[in-house]
Amino acid sequence: MSPLLEVDRLCVDLGSRHGSLRLLDDVSFAIAPGEMLGFVGESGAGKSLTGSAVIGLLEPHCHMTGGRIVYDGRRIDDLPDDEVRRLRGRQIGAIFQDPLTSLNPLYTIGHQLVETMRTHLALTEAEAISRAVDLLEETGIQGAAQRLRQYPHQLSGGMRQRVVIALALAAEPRLVIADEPTTALDVSVQAQVMALLRRLCRDRGMAVMLVTHDMGVIAESCDRVAVMYAGRIVEIGPVRDVIQAPAHPYTAGLMGSIPPMTGERGRLVQIDGSMPRPGLIPSGCAFHPRCSQGWDRCRIERPDLMAVGASRSACWLHDPRRTG
Amino acid sequence: MAARQNLRFLLISVRHPTSSMLVFIVRRLAQAVLVMLTVALVSFVLFQFVGDPVTNLLGQDATPGQREQLRRDLGLDQSAPTQFVRFVGNAVQGDFGLSLRQGRQVSSLIAERLPATLELSLVAAVLALALGVPLGVYAALRRDGFWAHCLMAVSLLGVSLPTFLIGIGMIMVFSVTLNWLPSFGRGEVVRLGAWSTGLLTADGWRHLVLPATTLAIFQLTLIMRLVRAEMIEVLRTDYIRFARARGLTNRSVYFGHALKNTKVPVITVTGLQLGSLIAFSIITETVFQWPGMGLLFIQAVQFADIPVMAAYLCLVALIFVLINLAVDLLYFAIDPRLRAAGFGEATVP
Amino acid sequence: MSDAVTSPGPLRRFLDGDLWYSFTHTPTAIVAASIALACIVVAAFTNTLAPHHPFDLATLELADSRLPPAWLPEGRSTYLLGTDDQGRDILSALMYGSRISLLVGLASVVLSTIFGVTLGLLSGYLGGKTDAVIMRICDVMLSFPAILLALMIDGVGRALFPQAHDALAYAVLIVAISAAGWVPYARAVRGGAMVERQKEYVQAARVIGVSPLRIMRRHVLPNVLGPVMVLATLQLATAILIEATLSFLGVGVPPTSPSLGTLIRIGNDFLFSGEWWITVFPGAMLVVIALSVNLLGDWLRDALNPRLR
Repeated sequence: MSPLLEVDRLCVDLGSRHGSLRLLDDVSFAIAPGEMLGFVGESGAGKSLTGSAVIGLLEPHCHMTGGRIVYDGRRIDDLPDDEVRRLRGRQIGAIFQDPLTSLNPLYTIGHQLVETMRTHLALTEAEAISRAVDLLEETGIQGAAQRLRQYPHQLSGGMRQRVVIALALAAEPRLVIADEPTTALDVSVQAQVMALLRRLCRDRGMAVMLVTHDMGVIAESCDRVAVMYAGRIVEIGPVRDVIQAPAHPYTAGLMGSIPPMTGERGRLVQIDGSMPRPGLIPSGCAFHPRCSQGWDRCRIERPDLMAVGASRSACWLHDPRRTG
Repeated sequence: MAARQNLRFLLISVRHPTSSMLVFIVRRLAQAVLVMLTVALVSFVLFQFVGDPVTNLLGQDATPGQREQLRRDLGLDQSAPTQFVRFVGNAVQGDFGLSLRQGRQVSSLIAERLPATLELSLVAAVLALALGVPLGVYAALRRDGFWAHCLMAVSLLGVSLPTFLIGIGMIMVFSVTLNWLPSFGRGEVVRLGAWSTGLLTADGWRHLVLPATTLAIFQLTLIMRLVRAEMIEVLRTDYIRFARARGLTNRSVYFGHALKNTKVPVITVTGLQLGSLIAFSIITETVFQWPGMGLLFIQAVQFADIPVMAAYLCLVALIFVLINLAVDLLYFAIDPRLRAAGFGEATVP
Repeated sequence: MSDAVTSPGPLRRFLDGDLWYSFTHTPTAIVAASIALACIVVAAFTNTLAPHHPFDLATLELADSRLPPAWLPEGRSTYLLGTDDQGRDILSALMYGSRISLLVGLASVVLSTIFGVTLGLLSGYLGGKTDAVIMRICDVMLSFPAILLALMIDGVGRALFPQAHDALAYAVLIVAISAAGWVPYARAVRGGAMVERQKEYVQAARVIGVSPLRIMRRHVLPNVLGPVMVLATLQLATAILIEATLSFLGVGVPPTSPSLGTLIRIGNDFLFSGEWWITVFPGAMLVVIALSVNLLGDWLRDALNPRLR
């Protein structure tokens, strides 16, 4: 099956008075229809930025300086503005981190839902309202008809995020970019919201690009995962494989730093140093200064993603031509 | 269409207990009364202790006998608080004594001049709003465009030009050089009972154009800059980003979501600004010799005519307080978060 | 092994910093600052720069009255911008007038700043009743436009001291203008003070017994300096314009030392008789000063606002 979204060598720069800073460097990945691909990494690794680039909502001063984004066989990064607008919501949806600030405080939930639906689908007001009620009920909100008349500040955090999910799904997109959807929520609510997201996506065959710094969330919900570091993807593959047998030293470090629920509680692995800021990225492999297994080549040449079983890893360790 | 309106209304219907709104109104009224009393106190102090209250009331040509009589009548031998109460009582009825300069009842002087000032201010306010808001929105949406930059540059000029200079400039261009429009007075006025209006005659309008425009320019630039700044702030928010992510049309995003969210701060500031029009009219009336309250006030200050000054102060304070109250109520009507604030709807987890 | 690198001195830091960069890359700021500087220089050295002494009655020649600017026929090169009905040179009157306008404006801003910052510090740091009272006063004062406040205070002052000599008149004027403009400082500083008050090191200092004055001076003040500077610059333009307005209305500076506003008022009487230069040049000067100060203030505000970068 051909991929729903294909991102090829995406580069995003930030223009500032010190010159351009490269924020995303040669990012490539694909998402199949109905698949959930997780993006994990530290703050500043470029996960959210990748999502913003796909949906065409980069922050001011950031622009795409290379690569292509192909959705459903069609290139979308060079489309005129109103074509991109038509894509958003209808084909590609987005969920952002903070549910309170994502909702316009001056409009009722119902108004915002109906507006979204009627922008993309040919519905009468009554039809839209009834669909809105159905949608809210699907997201697990009780008394949906009442809720339509309420304002965002009258709902709790978990409820609001359900509303945000409902809004993102209102026009029935085929791909949803979920940027840290549970980070701003209580732990008890997090699990509920993730379960909801999973269920809705499975029911509708929607693909999801899930951005988070929480590996646990990825482990539970995603099919595949991409590990990002310093604006690059360093490893990408099936979730099971990446977690149980990480191919890239950085991923291994990440896994090691998660305390095990069962078994021996040994020392937590810590990776010395910290992720480099944009503009200060070392030559060659970005991770080499912190890697325990590097050698000269890592300093000079930047590794591309190379096959390791079902995953791919950007590390010279897995160079097929390497002997020994 | 009607069905749509009904459903919309249903959707956006405000279900709030009436008591929270009532509480709010009562509280604001109490505050208003407090402010008015403070202003009355200041006026009272002016009246009694700056200059001679007897002279203030009787004018300068009173005989010593009349003065003595009045002194007893006024109870000037009584305690200050009692006198204050009497002052407030008189003030509420509009009695501020006699103007020192003109020897007439202050209240009738003001009543004579009020319509002129109110008409001027109203026309200027409408002008400032009608032009300021759209221009501000335009300057925000087309931030980097050539015209937007021009607008901002011109607005800076507008803020740096004192009103009286604008007035003089207008007179120079339109009266002296071009001779299109008159430069002083109100022209023909029509009396409607106690009110005299210049809005019903072409001559009245001709006289109104220059002063109203002069008065409006400062407010216009302020409103334009404010609207632009607020729009830009709002366009940066998460919910606008989410609205765009949902693929809403530009029209929806800009005018449905963004503009609506700028309404609250804009209304607040605009309301206050409209109040200050009354004050700025002092200058405009002086430049154009417009026979309004402002001109009266300036003459009072030049002459140290205390009763007129005191009366003007109270009247202007009243207008301001009323405008503030209206703005608060409007605020309350627009922002749903305020409605729940008094009572707080129980949030269901 | 070399020693630790000596950190650059304050001047170097300033020149390397964002503020200077922003300044040198914003043409309007450079132009505005130059103009403002020129005005200040002229105002400071008026006595030496002015070609005539327009307010020294002995030097006036009635025969030279009502002369147009030098480039028009009948104009003379000695009176570059023409003369008024008393034979006073407009250019010199302009310079003296600018000086008065600038001085009064500056004095008012200084007074406003001191008063407003002090009240703001007290309000924000002490909190409680003090804060409530001060904020209430601010609210009431804010709901009145500056012009009105200045007019009222000026009017009351005149009524209180009907035969005042010049110095007192100036004092009343400066107090009036300051009273109309101190509130924004108080609010800005109060905000900063409240933020700092919550911080742990301040609480620790209080426990140890460091005097609140010291805390306010050393910790709160530097943090609010930025907004205060922006406010002061913008308020300067406002103060100059308020003074000009009051003088134009006849209730400003005493007539013996006319400011730009007074000059404009005098010239207003001659508009219809065709001697436009008596009003236009002082008017233009006023606008130039106010505009350049406003531009500077605008640039400063944008440069210091972290969110706009």
